[in-house]
Amino acid sequence: MRAKTVYEDCDILVVGGGMGGTGAAYESRYWGRDLKIVVAEKANIDRSGAVAQGLYAINCYMGTQWGENNPEDHVRYARNDLMGLVREDLAFDMARHVDSAVHKFEEWGLPFMRNPKTGRYQREGKWQIMIHGESYKPIVADAARKSADKIYNRIMVTHLLMDEKKPNRVGGAVGFNVRTGAFHVFRAKAVIVSAGGASHIFKPRSVGEGMGRTWYAPWSSGSAYALSIQAGAKMTQMENRIVLARFKDGYGPVGAYFLHLKTYTQNAYGKEYESNWYEDTKAMVGEYIDHHPVPTCLRNHALISEVKAGRGPIHMVTKEAFQDPHLEEVGWENFLGMTVSQAVVWASQDIDPKYINPELTTSEPYVMGSHATCSGAWCSGPEDLSPDEYQWGYNRMMTVEGLFGAGDAIGGTAHAFSSGSFTEGRLAAKAAVKYVKDLRNATMTVSDGQIDGFKKAVYKPLENYKVGRNEIVSGTVSPSYLLPIQGLQRLEKTMDEYVGGISVNYMTNDKLLARGIELLNIMEEDFEHLGAEDLHQLQRAWELKHRLLASQSVAQHTLYREETRWPGYYYRGDHMKLDDENWHCLTLSRRDPETGDWAMEKAPVYHIVD
Amino acid sequence: MPTFVYMTRCDGCGHCVDICPSDIMHIDKKLRRATNIEPNMCWECYSCVKACPQNAIDVRGYADFAPLGHSVRVLREEEKGTISWRIRFRDGREKNFVSPICTAKWGEKIEDLASLPVPDEEALNSQLLCYEPDVLGYAGGLRKLPGKFKQGVYY
Repeated sequence: MRAKTVYEDCDILVVGGGMGGTGAAYESRYWGRDLKIVVAEKANIDRSGAVAQGLYAINCYMGTQWGENNPEDHVRYARNDLMGLVREDLAFDMARHVDSAVHKFEEWGLPFMRNPKTGRYQREGKWQIMIHGESYKPIVADAARKSADKIYNRIMVTHLLMDEKKPNRVGGAVGFNVRTGAFHVFRAKAVIVSAGGASHIFKPRSVGEGMGRTWYAPWSSGSAYALSIQAGAKMTQMENRIVLARFKDGYGPVGAYFLHLKTYTQNAYGKEYESNWYEDTKAMVGEYIDHHPVPTCLRNHALISEVKAGRGPIHMVTKEAFQDPHLEEVGWENFLGMTVSQAVVWASQDIDPKYINPELTTSEPYVMGSHATCSGAWCSGPEDLSPDEYQWGYNRMMTVEGLFGAGDAIGGTAHAFSSGSFTEGRLAAKAAVKYVKDLRNATMTVSDGQIDGFKKAVYKPLENYKVGRNEIVSGTVSPSYLLPIQGLQRLEKTMDEYVGGISVNYMTNDKLLARGIELLNIMEEDFEHLGAEDLHQLQRAWELKHRLLASQSVAQHTLYREETRWPGYYYRGDHMKLDDENWHCLTLSRRDPETGDWAMEKAPVYHIVD
Repeated sequence: MPTFVYMTRCDGCGHCVDICPSDIMHIDKKLRRATNIEPNMCWECYSCVKACPQNAIDVRGYADFAPLGHSVRVLREEEKGTISWRIRFRDGREKNFVSPICTAKWGEKIEDLASLPVPDEEALNSQLLCYEPDVLGYAGGLRKLPGKFKQGVYY
């Protein structure tokens, strides 16, 4: 394909216009008045990222102005939920700023519910506040649009560019326009990766028409990780995939149900079941089971164990709460505001939770960095509070110079959610402005050779298809190319069976992982032969390549950590216990961009006192 | 519940193509109307349904777990600042809900940052983000770390 090349030179490039990216665009403008700020987004920023559909709650709000919580409380909460392992400096930093983002959202027009008695934001739980957030994303998108010099929608960013003058310094990014097919070259002094985490790397429970109904959006293609890994950035805690206990099939959220509606779970025979698994869990993880609140993974573990013991399905007891018309309204609007499909599933199966207790199930695993999990890039912390090993110059800068991250891209910051991701975008942006100003007149070299190399690679799937298609009469079976959907299903099957997906009850071990890694490596070779019929398929091909890199990283990390740290997320059958003596640490990986070899190491965990 | 498009209502305007986060709403070249080209990559986010000026897009629950005969319809009215939902069960029962979507006129309350006074060097080198500390809503500036970090302690 002879695609035209469009060049855009800028100071700060934001890759991905979700919550993190919109925050980054906004804050960059405030500090960098004279800088050129550009956003490249795969879809349309009005409805892109994980918040495209809306949200019914903001899950990270301190409420320090009312004395509700302090940032250090949030650090303790996130640390506890992640079984002791988070980047507490990053968590504290996000938490001390997050309220200011939330206050701006309200000012911009996001409708908040208020507690009629106190006049404060209506709490759903200790950290969550309730909103009418159908238009959450269009509202913050407006803020980004007003701030950036230019927003490019429908650009699939495939690779980061590297400066050829100084090793390990970023020089921009390349991608293609999914509509026009044009090749886009963004030469930038600083790049903020705020792309998405990864759905569809493990086989989902629904594999037919319903495979798109994953918990995390199907367009979250792991680009946050793949782009950073390709550039040689170090990653952390990539083994810390997340499994969600959700309403069956629709994956409707349970937070408001548990916390606000006070619904509760029971097994198929109407019995409380979590206590059945207390001793078993204690034998695996020790006193972590006694922490409050009980970590998300351990609650999953009880649910999974109860179902395995033959007492499924697990039900959410809604019949009591839904007798209150106000709570019933909250229960339904909760879905309509963020997971419409759960309402559709219930309507289609005549499940009215006022009369029927709906089923819960555990999802397939996902890799992301802003929920009850913290996979992502290893980043520098803030200057004023990070220990030396966590600090190398600029806040939220990865181990590649000039490359910053936000949202799912950042490792170690669990429980950031939408408001925290937006805040991380702001933190990364301010640091990126400082970085660009400090560069002063330094120039970068991004040669035509580098650009042309990527251009050739980007369009190769179109070429593969064009050539291979002529060999066969018709249909989808070709000896010389794989369609993106075929590759995706192979990836999902491999990850599911070898790296701990649903079909093996989240179980894996060293032997399975070693074989899984071999199969993923073969896939890497085969994915040079992806065939794309059109630009839409070309987008799918690159999403798949990004998912593969994220998957390889997950498999390497899972093999490296020789313990079961998060039962209920995954199990290492050869090391079924939590091992604080050897593994009370963070795991780091780096893939050598030249050789493709992975190097693993441990990094210390630093705790805030108490 | 992937989306589908009613033949007699769609006029091919392309709003759905423009908004779909998954890039699956495309214009059929022969029929010059929108169609969902990849239902198994549909998140049922309703972005296209809400964006369609002709109400031509609807959703039929995923074939692999949703029985026929249901419907979840939506009307998003930016002028009124509301979103209205009608849920119809397979057995014919209905539920209706209305929620606010925005309390301000669209985009009006979002400030033009470029028109604000340029922050000085000291502010740039501080830990404060824009409008902080005032916007935090409490006195005393950014919260300070209560103690020092300790390495690798088991607690």
